[in-house]
Amino acid sequence: MSSIISVSNLSKVYDGGFRALNDISLDIKSGEILALLGPNGAGKTTLISVICGIVNASAGSVTVDGYDIVKDYRITRSMIGLVPQELTLSMFVSVWDTICFSRGLFGKKPNPLYLEQLLKDLSLWDKKDNDILTLSGGMKRRVLIAKALSHEPSILFLDEPTAGVDVELRKDMWVLVEKLRQTGVTIILTTHYIEEAEEIADRVGVINEGELIVVDDKEALKHKLGKRQMMIELEQTIESIPESLWTWSLELSGNGSRLTYTYDSYSEHTGIAELLRAVDKSGLLLKDVNTSQSSLEDIFIGLVKVNNEGSA
Amino acid sequence: MNTQAVKVIYKYEMLRAWNTILQSFASPVISTILYFVVFGSAIGSRIESVEGISYGAFIVPGLIMLALLTQSVSNASFGIYFPRFTGTMYETLSAPISFIEIVLGYVGAAATKSFIIGLIILVTAGFFVELKIAHPIWMLSFLILTCISFSLLGFIIGLWAESFEQLQLIPLLVITPLVFLGGSFYTIDMLPPAWQTVSLFNPVVYLVSGFRWSFYEVSDVSVELSLLMVLLFSVICLSIVWWMFKTGYRLKR
Ligand SMILES: Nc1ncnc2c1ncn2[C@@H]1O[C@H](COP(=O)(O)OP(=O)(O)OP(=O)(O)O)[C@@H](O)[C@H]1O
Ligand SMILES: [Mg+2]
Repeated sequence: MSSIISVSNLSKVYDGGFRALNDISLDIKSGEILALLGPNGAGKTTLISVICGIVNASAGSVTVDGYDIVKDYRITRSMIGLVPQELTLSMFVSVWDTICFSRGLFGKKPNPLYLEQLLKDLSLWDKKDNDILTLSGGMKRRVLIAKALSHEPSILFLDEPTAGVDVELRKDMWVLVEKLRQTGVTIILTTHYIEEAEEIADRVGVINEGELIVVDDKEALKHKLGKRQMMIELEQTIESIPESLWTWSLELSGNGSRLTYTYDSYSEHTGIAELLRAVDKSGLLLKDVNTSQSSLEDIFIGLVKVNNEGSA
Repeated sequence: MNTQAVKVIYKYEMLRAWNTILQSFASPVISTILYFVVFGSAIGSRIESVEGISYGAFIVPGLIMLALLTQSVSNASFGIYFPRFTGTMYETLSAPISFIEIVLGYVGAAATKSFIIGLIILVTAGFFVELKIAHPIWMLSFLILTCISFSLLGFIIGLWAESFEQLQLIPLLVITPLVFLGGSFYTIDMLPPAWQTVSLFNPVVYLVSGFRWSFYEVSDVSVELSLLMVLLFSVICLSIVWWMFKTGYRLKR
């Protein structure tokens, strides 16, 4: 897949001197769903704002479909739809008027049929004549999505689309995202919900303190950084780990009845068979054995922790 | 040129005025009528005519200017400040439009509103005094140019202001004094000589003078000079707006 957005050596220093982005380089592939993860204040919104033209970059450049976002802003911006993090809407305008406005703002001729379908897809059609003021928070967020899609963009930025949204609507949102992807729209979303990234993204990028720590295929990331753990439940409780088992650096927990072995699931030699034999030989009685795969969440927390320790 | 964008900005700004029609149109008209009753009829009846024109008729051009200036500035400044305040400005900033289109939309709508107000006041004044418009084309030109240039000024204020307080500050501290000292209710030569000189630095003097000339062919300064000053003022405002968008001043972080 070719890249649709190319960010090179992008930095942003805000007026007060705060460095929100530090030398970020990132290629976003055409048609993919990229999830950007990162703690509060990491710089996710700043990155999106620069690409969309809301914040000026301090250094570096961005191209969209080969066009520079500053020089050829008319071309690049008309390709992009943005759903902002905050619920920023004019309150005294109807749903229908506000999406017609958005479409016009992006230079598109009116197309009532397309907009009607859009509102129906977002379950907003019966609210089309209501003032925004009278909508619930979740509906307002859907209006923001409708506004972003009103001009038929080929790239969609969703800045925390599911913050403050109930489980059902979140699932709806995922379905919508999947539908958009099938029509070829490239989607970049930020989220604090790792499960969300895990569920819908193709690739995941982690931003921390203005730096892109990692960006990779979701599966590859799990593969590369994923740890597997084997929990051995014992019939009896023990005070300490027998000397014969020290080579495996086990952890003792569960009041002395559980041994945990952490290993790299993708390495040639996991050492599981030897461990089980050694446990048997040491005279301990096995009650149960189970394993678990680390989730993106564990990986994410691990990455941010390592990164923060490194910079401290 | 993104004409669709200009169209929708203009349309929704006008719609906003229409939804608040009392506030947008009725209130400036009513306050002008009050001026008219107080200054024109009550006090004016005791003032001899100015340069052969009854005082009531004499102040009509000045009163229209007064309304145009304050309305243009407040309409345009509010129109652009509001989306900045609510945060909806993000959409305009992320749209494929240049400052020209934003100005055409917002300033165009604000200027249209003041123009309509000006016409309503003019017609209303016709019920109170006998109006004579010697040069209708000049009159309309001054009307339109004033609406545009002061809407541009309002637009600048709306881009500059960081709070509702600041939004009111310039109109209160600068525009209102300039307008009252701009010869709406008197001719400049009624002032002591020193103040006559000071008045020449007041752009409103040129506006009122030129506008009044188009009615009664009496003026403080030559009509060409008036026109030149209005054009100059518009160009300066436009340059400032251009610079603001170019640098992202108080728009982009
Ligand atoms: N206009 C601004 N002026 C100064 N600093 C800013 C501005 N906007 C953001 N910042 C700072 O830049 C940093 C990154 O902010 P940003 O909004 O990009 O974070 P984020 O990753 O989107 O966080 P969140 O998950 O909370 O939305 C923060 O420390 C923030 O305080
Ligand atoms: Mg954010």
